[in-house]
Amino acid sequence: MDTAYILLLLLAPFAGFLFNVFFGKKAGHNGAGYIATFAVFVSFLVTLFYFIRINQTGQAVSVKLFDWIQISTFKLSFGVLLDQLSLLWLMFVTGIGSLIHLYSISYMHDDENRHKFFAYLNLFVFFMITLVVGSNLLVMFIGWEGVGLCSYLLIGFWYKNQDYNDAAKKAFIMNRIGDLGFLIGMFLLGHLFTTLDYADMKITIEGGTNAANTGWIAAAALALFIGACGKSAQIPLYTWLPDAMAGPTPVSALIHAATMVTSGIFMITRLNFLFGLDNVDMHTVNLVIAVVGAVTALVAATIGLVQNDIKKVLAYSTVSQLGLMFLALGLGAYEVAVFHVITHAFFKACLFLGSGSVIHAMHGEQDMRNMGGLKKWMSVTYITFLISSLAISGIPPFSGFFSKDEILMTAFHSNTVLWAIASLASIMTAFYMFRLLYLTFFKEFRGTDEQKHHLHESPALITFPLIVLAILATVGGFISLPGNSWLNNYLAPVIAHKGHGEHHLDNTAYMLMAIAVVGGLIGIGIAYAKYIKKSEVPPADAEMTGFHKLLYNKYYVDEIYESLFVKPINALSTFFRDTLETALSGLVYGFGKVTNAISDKGRLVQNGSIGRYLFAFTLGVVAIITYLFYNKIA
Amino acid sequence: MGNVLNQIGIENYIFLCVILFSIGVFGVLYRRNAIIVFMSIEIMLNAVNLLFVAFSTYHQDAQGQVFVFFSMAVAAAEVAVGLAIVVSIFRNLGSIDIDNLKNLKG
Repeated sequence: MDTAYILLLLLAPFAGFLFNVFFGKKAGHNGAGYIATFAVFVSFLVTLFYFIRINQTGQAVSVKLFDWIQISTFKLSFGVLLDQLSLLWLMFVTGIGSLIHLYSISYMHDDENRHKFFAYLNLFVFFMITLVVGSNLLVMFIGWEGVGLCSYLLIGFWYKNQDYNDAAKKAFIMNRIGDLGFLIGMFLLGHLFTTLDYADMKITIEGGTNAANTGWIAAAALALFIGACGKSAQIPLYTWLPDAMAGPTPVSALIHAATMVTSGIFMITRLNFLFGLDNVDMHTVNLVIAVVGAVTALVAATIGLVQNDIKKVLAYSTVSQLGLMFLALGLGAYEVAVFHVITHAFFKACLFLGSGSVIHAMHGEQDMRNMGGLKKWMSVTYITFLISSLAISGIPPFSGFFSKDEILMTAFHSNTVLWAIASLASIMTAFYMFRLLYLTFFKEFRGTDEQKHHLHESPALITFPLIVLAILATVGGFISLPGNSWLNNYLAPVIAHKGHGEHHLDNTAYMLMAIAVVGGLIGIGIAYAKYIKKSEVPPADAEMTGFHKLLYNKYYVDEIYESLFVKPINALSTFFRDTLETALSGLVYGFGKVTNAISDKGRLVQNGSIGRYLFAFTLGVVAIITYLFYNKIA
Repeated sequence: MGNVLNQIGIENYIFLCVILFSIGVFGVLYRRNAIIVFMSIEIMLNAVNLLFVAFSTYHQDAQGQVFVFFSMAVAAAEVAVGLAIVVSIFRNLGSIDIDNLKNLKG
């Protein structure tokens, strides 16, 4: 019975994809959208069924669909593992996925390629589910590559714009670099454990038989972390995510904020028995993860401070929040990272969908300098946006407060420097989110009169997901209250604890909470003073100076990568094309040309004159006889 | 039978056959007329037949003469077919010059 349900869970979005690819265009104006939404909703219902069941029984479901690979001692089956972690992930992948599909029906209603859009979205959900439910790393890798493909297809969805195609290619190539790390890590683990199955690897590790190989295991972990860097946009592979905002806004919400970019965190949490090993090598790897996370959080936040594109701000905010999650992972607080993934999925999806609603009302305008005062026209969008901004800024009692506070608290107990960096990033988060809010929704409208004339609140299909997500962003934090955490108990079977466990609510904890909240309020206060009191509007691109300009241009990282990697590689390939290939093909063509020349002359012999044939024939016979004759004598 | 070879030595038959065969070869190579080419082929065949018979006598073995009968029968059939082809070529092309038979040239 489980097999049937699991196939339904897995194949419903795939069926939706197939339907929309082949019949989507004929399915009426919104037919493709409703079918796609229904397909994902079916998966959500199955997930809900298992989620409720696992809450009652605590028993993970593991089903082997078929034997896959068997080479001497290496054995792998295509299995599905529904345990606490994968079900939690599925809950928000399919749940938020359904909401965003619903939202897309309205958002994409004038696009001529709607059916293609929904087909890709369904395919994405299918691969995301594969990634999450697989019982070994190779199944995860299928999903891992699949979501990368869908991300590429959806970023370049409006393929008539070359910039968007470039953004799609950039995302794909950067992900490919990370995937190489993932592959190397997988090969190493396969070699060390002769299996890639999570459960088998865990048993081997707990048996301690691989104690001599700690160095290699740490190397594998580091390689896997590089894979996570690519997928989850961490330094140095983060630059694709802001560019990925070229895709339609629902895509940014679903793939580039809530689900796909968290798969790096999922992978590390899934392998927590590996990353949590207690030895010197692994401590180094974890330190690397924590530092990369913290630095990414800070760098992305500083860039986010000055961006003027509404989606770019949110993109850098996503990178920054992902950095905080990696900080938590590096410090061994896996459940805290998962907690932040969930709350972040709620409020960031809400923020992106809200920005989509604004862009929809502004007819494609994304520059905040041309917005302002939208609160008057779009009250639902404004309120949901405000709630989510409060959540991401860490203001109690909204969800972000709890999850971010847990991360900061963990950081404070392990490493004060990392804590300071993360806190600074949090203050900046509060500032740029409220800068975004004030510039978009407050003061007077700064766009053209025609835009002003068309301003309107979005239809119910758009506002309904916003309201649901805003409610979740408000109450989502209560799943893991400090000192009494439902989430930590729920995840206990899948996360190996090293004993630091939950933090007690002592004075230090209260003090840290106070610091975090005051920090958030300071950020909001600065934004208020700058953009409400002084009514500042960010200057035009040409008028920027100094540090502001450096930040606005994202530290010129793209340009540095361009001259450091892209240009040398281009030069090398030009060399190969113009010099090496010409030489090689000259050689190969040379053989052909010589043969051609010889046969051009030689074919004249076959001129059809019987006399000449006979002459040649006789000459040949005479030659043979002469040869035999003289040989005989000799 | 042996006295035939006593009067004229076997080597004289060989020389005669070589000369006849060479005449045939040159006739095939240098003449353009299909009939004459044909006749030259017949000369070559008969040169070989003569050699067969001479050696048959020399070895006192009748097998060679039997073989010649076969050879003559086949040659007769070949001539019948060959002449028919020549006639049909003449009807089609109006000439039997073998240099004109180049229609199959690649």
